[in-house]
Amino acid sequence: MRRFLDRHWYAYAMVLPVVVVIAVLVLFPLAQGVFFTFTDINEGNIANPILDRPATYVSVGLDNYLNVLSGDASYGAFWSTLVRTLIWTFGCVFFHYTIGLGLALLLNREVRGRAVYRVLLILPWAVPAFISAFAWKYMFNAQYGIINQFLRFLGLDDPPVWLGQSDWALVAVIIVNVWLGVPFMMVALLGGLQSIPGDLYEAAEVDGATPWQRFRNVTLPGLRSVSSTVVLLGIIWTFNMFAIIYLITGPNPNTRILVTYAFERFFSGASRDFAVASTYGVLILSVLLVFAGVYRRALRKQGEVW
Amino acid sequence: MTVEAASLKAVPQARVRPRSRRSPLAGAGLHGALVVASLIAVFPVFWVLVTSFKPDAKAVETTPKLVNDSSLDNYGRILAGEKGDFLAWFGNSVLIALMTTVLAVFLSATTGYAASRFRFPGKRSLMLSFLVVQMFPFAVLIVPLYNILLALGLQGTSLGLVLVYCTTAVPFCTYMLKGYFDTIPNDIDEAGRVDGLTPFGVFWRLVLPLARPGLAVTAFYAFLTAWGEVAFASAFLSAADESKTLAVGLQVFVQQNRTEWGHLAAASILVAIPAIVVFYLVQRFLVTGLSSGAVKG
Repeated sequence: MRRFLDRHWYAYAMVLPVVVVIAVLVLFPLAQGVFFTFTDINEGNIANPILDRPATYVSVGLDNYLNVLSGDASYGAFWSTLVRTLIWTFGCVFFHYTIGLGLALLLNREVRGRAVYRVLLILPWAVPAFISAFAWKYMFNAQYGIINQFLRFLGLDDPPVWLGQSDWALVAVIIVNVWLGVPFMMVALLGGLQSIPGDLYEAAEVDGATPWQRFRNVTLPGLRSVSSTVVLLGIIWTFNMFAIIYLITGPNPNTRILVTYAFERFFSGASRDFAVASTYGVLILSVLLVFAGVYRRALRKQGEVW
Repeated sequence: MTVEAASLKAVPQARVRPRSRRSPLAGAGLHGALVVASLIAVFPVFWVLVTSFKPDAKAVETTPKLVNDSSLDNYGRILAGEKGDFLAWFGNSVLIALMTTVLAVFLSATTGYAASRFRFPGKRSLMLSFLVVQMFPFAVLIVPLYNILLALGLQGTSLGLVLVYCTTAVPFCTYMLKGYFDTIPNDIDEAGRVDGLTPFGVFWRLVLPLARPGLAVTAFYAFLTAWGEVAFASAFLSAADESKTLAVGLQVFVQQNRTEWGHLAAASILVAIPAIVVFYLVQRFLVTGLSSGAVKG
């Protein structure tokens, strides 16, 4: 034991603070949250030290899970919300990646004013998300928003009511989130592009490869490790993205995803249903864990080291 | 021809394709695409800036004009506290964001360094757990966290919120910094050790100064995490006006049927300025810092 500590104590001392913070503020709450899913806990029966009131919630077994997984509308219509969450996630990440890659490829060329373009293109990342949300909400307004003014100017007489009770609201929040997320992808992929040695392109050119062939056979494989990481992170972040939807459309059922519904359940309503909110949380985590496991296995099959 | 991804990582040489071979048409297309993308990226910010000078009534006219009775009135009213205690919110946000930045950079630097240089039992599971932490939806944590902060006496305080933000920022930052430290040659550590420095000394005096780009990106990320966070701030801070952060306070402008767009826009600009300043300071490090960090983690 002594030798063990002698050898590793530097390392442990350096990681200890993080481990403590994460254990206290993530692992312990997670365990408690999982426990809550088997109870009927809400605002009225949780222990309240300020009022000096003991907890009076009781165990309800698997009822919360059964209620949620039944897809009942009064429990947030789980399955259709899950489908909407998947559309939201994959829609956003697809455009993040393709637009981010396109811009990274353009910026990786020698262009006059490259530094200026780069600063301008990263700007959406620097603006706090809630400010961007307000800005877009303003621009999407059906009557006085600049977007519909522009569409009318283009000759579209009847532009959509973006943030109303229709699927246009989902399209609108996806547009905003794409705008927000592209800079991160662009910067990460730009870094990846710069680490691909130029000789490979020269060799490919000597062999007579067309630009498209060079892209498919040199650029994409060279970016694979970067791409696999940022796509996974992007999917996790987007799946759990809350602020944009909450601030732009509020509790609109047409933009409801799993996370926003859990928050609605937690915050609104007379009872503040902590149990169902926690149940949603556990289900979200399970979906992401399963996805990450499958993703990892798929990458390993391709010989990826990650 | 196929290329092994692994062999590419070993050559971190930036190479830019020469311009000479591009036809004028392709050059115009390239600039055209970049200009359009830049316009889309910048326009919402520009539009908020323009709106911030208009009175509320003119901000909702059906034919928007660039300048319409514009003045600095909105800014004056917000800074004077007529629309809620803006300066108090601002102070809270600055305090919370700076504390988060300092704490997160420090914690993720030590952890990232340990993960980069030492082999110790539990390292793999530590790094894996960081990835899983990214997946935790706050919804499952929000009630238990509330209880724990209450038990620790941190509920409603800035420090409680800072610790919560660190749990989001530190895992990602650690990944990024570990990757960055990996690119700093180990010889430097050994040389320092030979000169009689302790492992902490090597880390503090030799490695940290070399890792400045990585640290800058980490700081940027941690700052933005705290500066723009909404959910925890609305759930955990007390309802008293003077304890709110900007993200919570600004929601008073967005009432159900009556949004004060002019005032909201002016407040938004005031909020965006610190973030853009931080961004401008670190932007030249972003590509190197992020690429050698997160993406190879």
